[in-house]
Amino acid sequence: MAELHPKIAEWFRRRGWQPRDHQLAMLAHGLADGSALLIAPTGGGKTLAGFLSTLQELAELHPHNGIHTLYVSPLKALAVDIARNLEQPVLEMGLPITIETRTGDTPASRRQRIRVSPPDILITTPEQMSLIVADPHAAHLLRELKTVIIDELHSIVTSKRGVLLSLALSRIRTLAPQVKTFGLSATVADPDALCHWLAPAHTKPVSLVLGRPGAPAQIRILESAERVPWSGHSSRYATADIYEEIKRARMALVFVNTRSQAEMLFQDLWTANEESLPIALHHGSLDVGQRRKVEAAMAENKLRAVVCTSTLDLGIDWGDVDLVIHVGAPKGSSRLLQRIGRANHRLDEASNALLVPSNRFEVLECEAAVEAASENAQDTQYPSVMKFDCLAQHVMGRACAGPFHADELFAEVTSAFTFRNISREKFDRVLDFVATGGYALKSYARYAKLKQQEDGTWRMSHPRLAQNYRMNIGTIVEDPMLKLRLARVRKVLGRRMVMGGFVLGELEEYFLSQLAVGDTFLFAGQVLRFEGLDEFGALATRTTARDPMIPSYAGGKFPLSTYLAERVRGILASPEKWKRLPAQVGEWLSTQRWASVLPRADQMLVETFPRADKYYLVCYPFEGRLAQQTLGMLLTRRLERWGAKPMGFVASEYALVVWMLSDISLLIQSGCISLAKLFDEDMLGDDLEAWLAESNLMKRTFRNVAVIAGLIERRAPGKEKTVRQQTVNTDLIYDALRTHQPDHILLEAAWDDAAEGLIDIHRLGAMLKRIKNHILHQPLDRVSPLAVPVLLDIGRESISGDADDALLAEAAETLEREATRLV
Amino acid sequence: MMPFSPKQLKPSNARRPGLSREITIRLAGASFVPHLSGGLYWPEEQTLVVSDLHLEQGVSLARRGLHVPPFDTRTTLSELKNLLAETAAKRLVLLGDSFHAPDAHAGLDEESCIELRAVTSTVETIWICGNHDPDPPEGLGGEAVTELTLGPIVLRHIPSPVPHGCVEISGHLHPGASVVSRGRRTHAKCFVTDQRRLIMPAFGAYTGALSVSSRAYDGLFDEPEAQVFMLGRSAIHRLPLSRVR
Repeated sequence: MAELHPKIAEWFRRRGWQPRDHQLAMLAHGLADGSALLIAPTGGGKTLAGFLSTLQELAELHPHNGIHTLYVSPLKALAVDIARNLEQPVLEMGLPITIETRTGDTPASRRQRIRVSPPDILITTPEQMSLIVADPHAAHLLRELKTVIIDELHSIVTSKRGVLLSLALSRIRTLAPQVKTFGLSATVADPDALCHWLAPAHTKPVSLVLGRPGAPAQIRILESAERVPWSGHSSRYATADIYEEIKRARMALVFVNTRSQAEMLFQDLWTANEESLPIALHHGSLDVGQRRKVEAAMAENKLRAVVCTSTLDLGIDWGDVDLVIHVGAPKGSSRLLQRIGRANHRLDEASNALLVPSNRFEVLECEAAVEAASENAQDTQYPSVMKFDCLAQHVMGRACAGPFHADELFAEVTSAFTFRNISREKFDRVLDFVATGGYALKSYARYAKLKQQEDGTWRMSHPRLAQNYRMNIGTIVEDPMLKLRLARVRKVLGRRMVMGGFVLGELEEYFLSQLAVGDTFLFAGQVLRFEGLDEFGALATRTTARDPMIPSYAGGKFPLSTYLAERVRGILASPEKWKRLPAQVGEWLSTQRWASVLPRADQMLVETFPRADKYYLVCYPFEGRLAQQTLGMLLTRRLERWGAKPMGFVASEYALVVWMLSDISLLIQSGCISLAKLFDEDMLGDDLEAWLAESNLMKRTFRNVAVIAGLIERRAPGKEKTVRQQTVNTDLIYDALRTHQPDHILLEAAWDDAAEGLIDIHRLGAMLKRIKNHILHQPLDRVSPLAVPVLLDIGRESISGDADDALLAEAAETLEREATRLV
Repeated sequence: MMPFSPKQLKPSNARRPGLSREITIRLAGASFVPHLSGGLYWPEEQTLVVSDLHLEQGVSLARRGLHVPPFDTRTTLSELKNLLAETAAKRLVLLGDSFHAPDAHAGLDEESCIELRAVTSTVETIWICGNHDPDPPEGLGGEAVTELTLGPIVLRHIPSPVPHGCVEISGHLHPGASVVSRGRRTHAKCFVTDQRRLIMPAFGAYTGALSVSSRAYDGLFDEPEAQVFMLGRSAIHRLPLSRVR
């Protein structure tokens, strides 16, 4: 076992603490220059475990030659907090160590200071890591680097941020061959994958250090006297119950899945807040300053509750949270465990959590989640690998740092876990893409971004490109965001003049484009009136309106995990488990058994029935919205071809409904349509290809890929487009590529993304395999209890789309009818 | 034998895809047929009007380091060729901003030059100058003017004040509109028109659209009468300007 440095040992002693076994194990690995992955529950002193060897190595006076340790945190807020939590003990131990943070919010002056006199420890984010290695001075800055610590590794590796980070890591290993990597992670189903991820490819995986698991969490599901809604995501019915729970707790974190849900719940809670408890709001769109205020108030225990989104997911120790309320289903057991860990950051005390399902299916899902959590069972998630758009961004970043040889860069890239299997041919195509766009037509040779020199190296053709790179870095391509400012209205010569005031936060441009001047909406916990756009962004005024117009789509953004889905099917099939459910939900399921049928756990139920002037087919795959949306697209195509005249479909997390003009029960019973054929796996062939090519989802995926790869720039927010400023719409680029160069590397990348992300092909494929020969058809003469929730979802969907003739024609016709009525 | 009359040379558009007989735009007593691709055909004059081709837009972006697919010029030209064949127009009016940059025509590849010359040598071609291409293209044929008057109609690039009794067809603004139906917002390029003027959508393959509710359109249209003709995927839809954004 490694010996603690006297100063550190003394600090432990003064506090009356014992270093934990996993902390000492990490220290031993660190001092032996070995990389390691630490898996420990929240509250286990993980952060300190990661830093211990660094503190020990820097405990004595030392020359400041460059950064010694890089600490990467997935969240900006987390970085700031880690710095705060580290500075304190370093000060108390009396160690001569300098600590700085560098995030997207760090002003240029401080970045410059970091470059000129680098701290011992730099706490930063994955995006900043990419920027650091793209700096021409990177080699100098990192030459003394000993340790890279990556926090919340489990959450980073599953996204493109992880892919980019692993590329940055490959570069760092070249610049500082002596560096060791530490990963800190919550419990995961497959730690081996993470151990491999941290090590250079084709070498031994890093060592695994396991912390002692914490006390099992106590999780309840809300039993409300109110009626649990059939569908929707508002959880409004439970506001009073949630408020009561907050009153009983010292401090509660109230998690919801989306920003709009957070806004809505916050508003409702304040309406119910008769005792004026300090309840705050925290989500990613709020202004940084406001978020910091909330965080500080939390740390000082000045708040009783914070309504938040995933911005507070990760392990920051803020104040004495003793209750986590999860509103809406948690969607995955790992996410639930992580969020619950936010209550009571002391390892040996049980965390206390309450789940509030927002509809009846979510009751089942919460039940499944509680089951899973009690077994500490995790969802299996795989690291994301081989993203060509990320590689393109990395290649450009490499060029910003200086000229390079393609062979050397290829060797470096293949040393990253995420690109260990990339072929030289693919790599060269990506390089060609970065240089001139990768087109068969070599018309951009003159405008190449990278040019090969006589010595064989590739060199950036213009310094301006480095600036472009810095402005477009990262993998998070959200809807373009606009700043929202509180406006003052003055009457000038009888005209309403709107003047911009202070910034409230940021909103998706997509959302704002839906608003007309005068529309009201919820933001930052207040009802605002939209006043229009100016050159800096959107303007709004406060209003006394009580019922704001809220974005119509408020569904969860995370799909139900495969793991939980299986459990939900199990609960549905086992009436003996219904006793644990709220009475009204149990009744609902009993009625279903009586009015229709309940499938066995291995079956998929398909119900068909007439309603009004249409015929409905409802199936219950429980595979999450994304996979079911794709299924919906493909089923409609087939039904169309087979003459059932489908009119539309809606997918929820649990079920899929397709409605049509032909009597589908009859078509099935007469053998005209075979359900086995309808749900045959072969739909993933040509049908998928044909649909995807035209789909908006694919265009959206392509847009993300094009931005990450640097084909187009992120749009400068806050400006209304003038003709001159218009950049090319990515849909048009997508169409042009499909027509003229269908094998382009970015189309390949987009397809790949769509298959695993937006349309969840893998999951759909597994599902079709699972239900083969297990379809249970139940023709009915009217809607079944189980089908009600998804039918209520019809008309709730709101998706912006391209010229859709049916909708345009309908709009025109409606107006015509209106017009004729007037005559 | 029937005596020869030019009317008989006119194609019957009734069954042609793309050109809609149902939708015509009446302007100054004349009928115009809008086309899905954004072109406008004037049967009486056998004239096809297209606006804002922005040829070589891709190259302009590539110069800034954005290597968008270099297929825009070809796509736009082949679309134009199809439209000429379909309408059998005798005259082609390019309503300005035909090229994305003043010197862009110099960079056209050989294939595109041949294609353009083939067009200008078969139909009477009039290049109206735009703000992007103030100078007439050289060596491509056709005639360049700043504006053109055909009967009661004046054609120019930038919408301008229209004297009483005159009617203008212009481009420049790249009009687009969106409409909400069933909770969905649908966007499309469009023609905008009232009794006095018509603004054409941009024809170029990479051109975007500027919403008709934007300030750039202030004062151009007489709201109660104005209409938009939105370009769907397979049909054109007429809506009052007051009902779209």
